Amino acid sequence: MALNRKIAFIDLSTGDIEVKPIPLDVRKKFLGGRGLDAYLLYNHTKKGCDPLGPDNTLMVSGGILAATCASATARTHFMAKSPLTGLLGSANMGGFFAPELAWAGFHHLVIKGKSEKPVYLRIHNGQIEIRDAAHLWGKTTTETQWAIREELGDEDIKSAVIGPAGENLVAYANVMTGIKNAAGRTGMGCVMGSKNLKAIAARGTMDIKIAHPVDALEYNKRFIDQITSAKVNQTQGSLGTPFIWGATNCWGGIRTRNFQYNQCENADDIEPERIDEICTEAMGPYHMTGCFGCQVHCRAQYKIPSGPYAGKYDEGPEYTSLGAFGGEPDCKSAETVLTGNHLVDQYGIDNLEIGSIISWAMELYELGILTSKDTEGVDLRFGNDEALIEMIHRICYRKGWLGDTLADGGIPASEKIGKNSFEYLIQVKGMNNLHSDERATPALALGIATGSRGSDHLRSRPAIDLYHLPEKILRQIYSNPVPYDGPLSSEHTAYEGKPWQVFWQENCYMGVDCLGICKYHTTFLGATLPNFEDWAKVLYYNTGIEMSPKEIWDVAERCYNIERLFNLREGMTRNDLKKGDTLNHRYFDEPCRRGAPDVIGLTIDRDKFKKMIDEYYAHHGWDENGVPTAETLKRLGLDKEPSRLL
Amino acid sequence: MEKVLMINYQKCTGCRLCELVCSVMHDGVSNPARSRIKVMKWESEGLYIPMSCQQCEDAPCMNVCPVKAIHRDEDLGFVTVDYDVCIGCRSCVAVCPFGAMNYNIIDKKVFKCDLCGGDPQCARFCEVKAIEYVDADRISIGIKRVAAERLSTAQRDAAALQAAM
Ligand code: SF4
Ligand code: SF4
Ligand code: SF4
Repeated sequence: MALNRKIAFIDLSTGDIEVKPIPLDVRKKFLGGRGLDAYLLYNHTKKGCDPLGPDNTLMVSGGILAATCASATARTHFMAKSPLTGLLGSANMGGFFAPELAWAGFHHLVIKGKSEKPVYLRIHNGQIEIRDAAHLWGKTTTETQWAIREELGDEDIKSAVIGPAGENLVAYANVMTGIKNAAGRTGMGCVMGSKNLKAIAARGTMDIKIAHPVDALEYNKRFIDQITSAKVNQTQGSLGTPFIWGATNCWGGIRTRNFQYNQCENADDIEPERIDEICTEAMGPYHMTGCFGCQVHCRAQYKIPSGPYAGKYDEGPEYTSLGAFGGEPDCKSAETVLTGNHLVDQYGIDNLEIGSIISWAMELYELGILTSKDTEGVDLRFGNDEALIEMIHRICYRKGWLGDTLADGGIPASEKIGKNSFEYLIQVKGMNNLHSDERATPALALGIATGSRGSDHLRSRPAIDLYHLPEKILRQIYSNPVPYDGPLSSEHTAYEGKPWQVFWQENCYMGVDCLGICKYHTTFLGATLPNFEDWAKVLYYNTGIEMSPKEIWDVAERCYNIERLFNLREGMTRNDLKKGDTLNHRYFDEPCRRGAPDVIGLTIDRDKFKKMIDEYYAHHGWDENGVPTAETLKRLGLDKEPSRLL
Repeated sequence: MEKVLMINYQKCTGCRLCELVCSVMHDGVSNPARSRIKVMKWESEGLYIPMSCQQCEDAPCMNVCPVKAIHRDEDLGFVTVDYDVCIGCRSCVAVCPFGAMNYNIIDKKVFKCDLCGGDPQCARFCEVKAIEYVDADRISIGIKRVAAERLSTAQRDAAALQAAM
């Protein structure tokens, strides 16, 4: 049964391990995955704890549906206080780790303390063992995974590991599994590194009883048909996520040269079709791969075609690698993007953050805020591919003054660099934005400004806002499972109704993250994909838990509020440029210079933006400072937090 | 006409949905250890090959079984184990050249693909068609086409070469 999967509390300082069941009432309140992790984080960390100290608690989890016969239940979630932002740290990855953890008997790990020497966790059919990892330290992400399999003599072991970047405490180091799957954002790999935890290796052969197997199978089939019949998923399934990059760039929504332009020109060599050619050449016509149980298969397989890493196998490059190593630094060669993508996978670092930070440094260099003395000889101009690759190495190994400085993350780096460097940093709550440019899309701008983990597209982005769907369709989507009769606009440049869409998407994404399903299987890029209604059914068929779509919505809202409470406890305030629900001034002051006619010249309007935030708070039941009111907390059953149910 | 599973591993994305649905269909549980099909992977090369029973004509498992517990299903043609007769010696596991006879440590039983009684779930769920359930006489048609394509390209190349000389 999915419901008999356990939670383990692991103290790396003492070596104590305690295994507990997860009570049904806790399940019904938080389901699992990110939602339950948020509850655990709020309950198991103290205000102001050092993100890199033993008191920070790292949660690792699968969703409540992990490995069941729902659809693409592959996601693993990581949560802790972020060393990058000092606020909520939260990252999610696909692959095959969470299902293996579930077959090994566990849904949640709560990891505290700090080991004196490098260790890894071995989790096998209900047993957890802390093992020496001295021989793994220094290894890349794939080297580590293969070495663990070899050591334990089992090629079916799935591991979540850190690479050199995590060991070197780069603030935005990630956790990786397989070749490409990354829990990328907010530095969860850095937290593992600070605990001397190199890897978590899972292997299990324990049955997960499906409550209603025949229905679960049939519903899964329906899900898959629904998912694979969506045009957007068919395109993803053949071109991978680069297709989104291509379309967005064409339209004018790709940050270029940090934030100087909103379109990367003359980028033929990194257009999705060109990338597809390279993949086909090396890997044949069938070169797509995917995560556990997923029929979208959005990752391409490739070999680097030329240069010092020629012939190396990797997967991707996804949407974000094209932005991070192509558009933002204005390096438009496939070789560079594919090499950058390979290096971040091997070193275990967030591609979004490192690409964005290097582009920021490039702008500072061109402005003279950084000099060649600071860069120790690196000619850090935009469009210098070699400089980009060199900086990836330097940051991951903290080499040189600038590598070491940038490894601390944008805000600490800006404090060290000084002058007006901060003004050029495209961040929210201390986390850099991905490569997208939201000046033409108020809904997307509101989403990154309010995201609970900082600037990000996977917290609340109403991406379908770009499709100009008829209002009637928008209303169908956005007034379920709770009624909404306020304004909604098909116009992506409008401000009306956008706060509700952002609020709705927050709950939608929190929902999938609690279930452990991939976002490509819900209302993210496709308007016709499953959400609350369908989840109620798959939850029942697979686990036997009966919950209405509205009750799942309530769980999502409850969990999102806990994330808010955590951020508030750590000192976030509405208008703080470093910790608040804010945007860099450039969004308001610098008009888009390129792209389609409906993009050129646009900025975000300050007053309307403020109004959107007010409205967004009101939808949540938060006061004008963004603090949940006593009434809201009571409604969500959060008036007695921390309540330590687990 | 007898039907067989046709596997084209080049199309396989490695998602293991086939393993999942196989175990759910037969045992009502999610557990690849109970799946009759297993995807062998070379992750660092991006190679995934689903392995299942070939329902051999001259089946080694059938030949080796000391108590004649294995026979061929008359309607669907698959090789099947009669658990009332089976003594659990695992000789069939050892002798299968494809590793397609499995042993389940939980129930202590050998188990193998039974084509899901005529509606193979692995084929039904594999949307990229790496597994298809086809009439036995169609099994080589895909390979023929690919080989023929290779041949015609080679011939074209040869002709071009000759013309250039
Ligand atoms: S379902 Fe198809 S694509 Fe997925 S692993 Fe099985 S054979 Fe491969
Ligand atoms: S395990 Fe059973 S079916 Fe296999 S050879 Fe032994 S007796 Fe025959
Ligand atoms: S045909 Fe049925 S029994 Fe055979 S491998 Fe496929 S799903 Fe399993």
